Amino acid sequence: MNQTELQEKQNPSRAPENPLAEVQNMVNSCIQCGTCSGSCPNAFAMDLTPRRLWRKVLLGQTDDIFRSRTFSLCSDCYYCTLRCPRGLALTEAMNALKQIAAREDMDRYKQSIRFYKSFLSSVRRHGRVHEMEFMSLFFLSMKNPFLPLAFTPLGLRLMAKRKIAIQIPSREPNPLEAIFRKVEEMEGRS
Amino acid sequence: MKYLYYPGCSLEGTALEYNKSTRAFMQAVGAELIELDDWTCCGATAVDSVNHLLAIALPARNIALAEKMAASKDLLVPCSACYLNLKKVEDKTRHDSELLKKVNEILHENGLQLQGKVRVRHLLDVVSKDLDLPVFQNLLKRSFAGFQIAPYYGCQCLRPYAVFDDPEAPRSMEPLIQATGAEVYAWDMGGRCCGASHMNTQMEVGLELVAALLQQAKGADAIVTVCPMCQMNLEAYQQKISKLKKEDLHITILYLPQLLGLAIGLTEKDLALDLNLSITKSFRDKLALPNDA
Repeated sequence: MNQTELQEKQNPSRAPENPLAEVQNMVNSCIQCGTCSGSCPNAFAMDLTPRRLWRKVLLGQTDDIFRSRTFSLCSDCYYCTLRCPRGLALTEAMNALKQIAAREDMDRYKQSIRFYKSFLSSVRRHGRVHEMEFMSLFFLSMKNPFLPLAFTPLGLRLMAKRKIAIQIPSREPNPLEAIFRKVEEMEGRS
Repeated sequence: MKYLYYPGCSLEGTALEYNKSTRAFMQAVGAELIELDDWTCCGATAVDSVNHLLAIALPARNIALAEKMAASKDLLVPCSACYLNLKKVEDKTRHDSELLKKVNEILHENGLQLQGKVRVRHLLDVVSKDLDLPVFQNLLKRSFAGFQIAPYYGCQCLRPYAVFDDPEAPRSMEPLIQATGAEVYAWDMGGRCCGASHMNTQMEVGLELVAALLQQAKGADAIVTVCPMCQMNLEAYQQKISKLKKEDLHITILYLPQLLGLAIGLTEKDLALDLNLSITKSFRDKLALPNDA
C-alpha cells in the first residue's frame, strides 16, 4: 500500500475523488456555534440540524449526510449565510450537497431532483420556463399517477385565470441550447 | 427615470399580474421600462441545485444582453429569485476574474460578453429609493386610510446581499404604505421564509411556514409582496391551511405595485387584479371595489 492509499484508508474523506471535498472546503472553519441551526426556518423538519450536518461533512460521514433530508430542506432563505460569524457561504454549501445528490441521482431525493431536472429540461427546450410543461414533465418523471392530484385544485384555478394552459412538451430553437452544450463541454474537460 | 427591464419567466405566466401592475405603475410615475431583447431564464433556484456553472451562465447571459443594449445602467428585476441570481453573477464576476473568463468563454457561444457595466436592481430598491415620494403623493386618488397593510419582503431581495434594506429588519416598504394613507401592520415576519419551492417538493413543510405567516398576519387587511414565489405561496393555499389549522386564515395578498397603483387611481384592469388568487370580499367592500370581478 503506497502513501496515498494509506492516507485515503485512514481518512477516506480526504481522498482526491471524494465528492465531499468541495463542501468540506466551504465549511472548513466552522466553529460549531449553532447560529445556522438557530436561524433556519426549516430546522423543525430536519433530522439533523445544519450545525450537526456541517460537523458530519467535516468528518466525512457521507452515509449519514445522504441518509438525512436536511440539505434537501434548505429553501435558500440565506439567514444562515447572513448570520454565520465565520462568514461561511452556508446556503451555497447546502446547494453543493444538492448538486452531489442530483449528480448521483440518489433515490432518497427523487422528488426534488426530478423537479429541478424537469425545470432545466423546459428551460433548455424553450429558453424560458413554460410552467405547465415543466410540471407535466415533473409528473411524468415521477411515474406516480396520484401526484398530480395534489396539484389539481390549484392547476384548475390557474387555468381558469388563463395563467397556464395545457401544453404538450415541445422544443423550439433558442440561444440556450448552445450555452447548455458549452457548459457540458467545459465540465467534461475539468 | 429609465430602466432596462428583465421580467423573468414567472411574470409571463403565473405572475402575469405582477408584470402588468409593475409596468402600469412605473409608467404612471414617469419611469420608462425597456424590456431586454431575447432574454432567457435566470435558472431560478432549481439550476443551482443541479449544476453550479450553469447557474452562473444563465443569469450572466441576461446581464450581457443588458450591457449590449446599453439603454440604461440599471437593470430592473421584479422577481426576487431572478434578482438574486443576476445579482450574484454581478457580484461574483466583479471579484473573481477567473470566473469572469470562464463565463465569457460560455457567452461567446451567443456572441456576448460580460464586462460588469450594469447594476442589477430589485423593483423594491428602485421604488423605495428612486421614486420621489412627494411626486407619488401628488398622484394619489384613493386613500387607504383605516387599512392595516403587512409588508412582506421574503428572503432573496434582502439576503445575502444587503443592498437597499436591512436584511434582518427590513423597512423599505413602510414609507410607501404610509403614503397611501394605510397603517403599517406591525409584525416581525416581513423577512421570514415562505418555503419557496417546498410547496412542490415537500408540501407538508411549506404549509407550516406559510401557516405561520398567515397566522401572524391575522388582523391585517392585506399582505403586500414583491416576489412571485412568495405571492403564490401566500395566496394559493389559504383554504388548505385554514382547514389544517382549524381557523379562518383567508387574507388579501397584493403585489406592491398593485397597492401603489390602486392608490394613484389605476384601474383593476390596469393592475390585473382579476388574476390574483386571494382578494377577500371584506377587502373589496372596504375599498368600495365591485365584488363581481
